[in-house]
Amino acid sequence: MLLGLAILTDGLVYAAYLFIVAVGLSLIFGVMKILNVAHGAFYAFGAYCAATAAGMYFDRGLPDAGGFLVMAFAAIAVGLVLGLILERTILRLVYGKDEVIIVLVTYAAFLILEDAIILIWGPSSLSAYQPLVISGNFMIGQLVLSGYDLGLVLLAILLAVGGFLGLRHTRYGRLLTAVIFDRETAAAFGVNVTRFFTITFVIGAMLGALGGAAMAPKISVTLGIGVEVIVLAFAVVAVGGMGSMEGALVGALIVGLCRAAAVHLLPQVELFVIYAVMALVLVFRPHGLFTRAQPRKI
Amino acid sequence: MAGGKHILGGLLFVAAAAVGPFLPAWLISLLTIALASALVVLGLVLLWRAGLVSFGQALYYAIGAYAVALMMRWTGIHDAFLAVIIAAFAAALTAFFVGFLLARYREIFFAMLSLALSMILYGVLVKTEALGSTDGFNVSTPTFLGYAPHGFELTVALYWYALALGAIAAVIVGAYMRSVAGALAVPVRDNEIRVEYLGVSATRLIHLKLVIAGTLGGVGGAIAAMSISHVDPAMSYWTTSGGFVFITILAGAGSVAAAFIGSILFELVRTASVALMPGTWQLILGTVLLLTILFLPDGLGSLFTRRRKVAGESAQ
Repeated sequence: MLLGLAILTDGLVYAAYLFIVAVGLSLIFGVMKILNVAHGAFYAFGAYCAATAAGMYFDRGLPDAGGFLVMAFAAIAVGLVLGLILERTILRLVYGKDEVIIVLVTYAAFLILEDAIILIWGPSSLSAYQPLVISGNFMIGQLVLSGYDLGLVLLAILLAVGGFLGLRHTRYGRLLTAVIFDRETAAAFGVNVTRFFTITFVIGAMLGALGGAAMAPKISVTLGIGVEVIVLAFAVVAVGGMGSMEGALVGALIVGLCRAAAVHLLPQVELFVIYAVMALVLVFRPHGLFTRAQPRKI
Repeated sequence: MAGGKHILGGLLFVAAAAVGPFLPAWLISLLTIALASALVVLGLVLLWRAGLVSFGQALYYAIGAYAVALMMRWTGIHDAFLAVIIAAFAAALTAFFVGFLLARYREIFFAMLSLALSMILYGVLVKTEALGSTDGFNVSTPTFLGYAPHGFELTVALYWYALALGAIAAVIVGAYMRSVAGALAVPVRDNEIRVEYLGVSATRLIHLKLVIAGTLGGVGGAIAAMSISHVDPAMSYWTTSGGFVFITILAGAGSVAAAFIGSILFELVRTASVALMPGTWQLILGTVLLLTILFLPDGLGSLFTRRRKVAGESAQ
C-alpha cells in the first residue's frame, strides 16, 4: 500500500516534470512540424538563468515569494530572446526543406548553445536550493513529500488546463488549430502562417526555459543537463503522439508512472524503461497514441 | 569514369599505408579512429541516400565495440581478425532483428525509434555492473594471426588494419551503390509508392540497407575499441550517433570517398579545437553543420563531383 502510494506520487511528480519539459516541444512540432533538438538548450538556459537570478535575489534577503517570480521571469525572458533569435535568423532559412534537415539545423543550434553556456557561465555548476527549502515538506500518511514537488504538479496542471483552454477558446488558439490541421488552407483563408510560426516557436522556447527554471532547484544546474532532457522529452512526445496536447499529457503520465514503478520495484531497468516504453508504443502505434495516421501521398 | 576513380582510390590507399610509419603516433591513432568513424558513416550514407537519418547508429557501434571487448575478456582469444568478424556478426544480427521493426518507419519516426533503441542499450550498459557500468572496461591488446606488436608497432599495425578494412568496405559499398538495389535508394526517398508499383518492396530494401549499415557500424566499433583499448557506455549515447550524422551531412551522400574525407576532417578539427580552444568544440561543430546545410546541402562531396541533382525533392 505504502509502496503503491510512493510509486503513484513519485510517478505523478515525475510526470509533471516531463509534461512541463515536453509540452513546448510538442507544440512546436504540432504547428511547425519541426522536431526541435534545441529544446534541450532552452531548458538548460532556463535553468542557468533561473539559478543565477535566484542566487542574486535570495542573497539580498528580499521576500521569499518574489523569488519564484524572479526565476520564472528570468527563464521566460531568456526563452523569448533565444526563441526569437533562432526562429528569425536560422530557421526561416530552412523552412520548406526536409523535416530531417530541419532536425539537423536545430541540432546544430543545440550544439552552439551548449557551448555558449560554457562561455557564459563557465564549467562550474550552480544550485538554486532556496525555493526547495522555502516550500518545506508535508506528510501524506507515512509518506514525506516536498512542497516544491506539489508545486511542480500544480504548475503542470496549470499549463495543461491553460493550454487546452487557450487552444479551444481563444482566437489565437483556434487559428492555431487551423494552422495545425492544414497549413495551406489556413494561409488561403488569410491566416498569417509565418507570424504564427514565430509566435509558436517563441512560446515553445519559453516553455522549455520555464521547464528548466522549474527543475533548477531540484537538480544541480550543470553542463549537459540539456542533453539528457532532450531524449526524455522526445520519448514523451513520441509515446503520446507528436504535436498533440493530450498526447504530451498522457505520454508524460505513462512514462512518469513506468519510471517510478521501475525505480521502486526493479531499479536495474530504471534508465531504459522510458525508452523501452517508447519503443513498445511505437511498435503498435507508429505515430504515437494520439495522432491520426497520415494518408500516404502518391 | 568509375575505373579512374578506382585507380585514384587505390593510389591514395597505397600512399596512406606507406606514410603510416613516418607519422607521429597521435596522428596515426587519430587516423585510425577517423577510419572507424568512416565505416559507420558509410552505413549512414547508404541510409541517407534512401532519405533515412538514423539517430541511433551508435547502437551498432557500441555492440561491435563491446563484442570485441567481451570476446577478448571471456575467451582469451585476442586475434584482431576474429574480433572484427565477431563484431560484424553481432552488429549484423542486431540490425537484422531490429530491422523488422525499423524498416517500417520513415522520416522523423525512423530517427526517433533508432534513437530509442540505442538509448535502451545505453541504459542496459550503464546498469550492468559486470560490464563496468558507466566506466566501461579496458580492452586487451589485439594480435594479428600470431603477430603480437606492442607500442608504436601496434599503433601502426592497427592503422594498416583499419585502412585495409576501410578499403574493402569502400569497394563493397561502392559496388552496392551501383547495383540495382543500391540505385533504388533515391527512388525510395523520392516516392516509395511508385517504387512498390514497380514490384520492389521498399521495406525489404530498407531492411537490407539497415543490415549493411549495422554491420559497418559494428566493424567501426570494433576498430575503435581496439584502438582506444577501452569501451564505455558513452559509445551508445545519442551524442555519439549525432557525431556520425554530423559527418554524414558534412560528407554528403554523393560518394564513398566523401565519408572518409569527412571523417578525417572531423577528427582533425576536433583535435585542433580541443587543443587550441577548449570549450568551443561543439560551437565550431554546430557552426560548420549549419553552414554545410545552408550552403552545401549535398555535402563536401558535391564540391568534387559537380553533379547537379534534380531540386524537386523538397517540394512535397
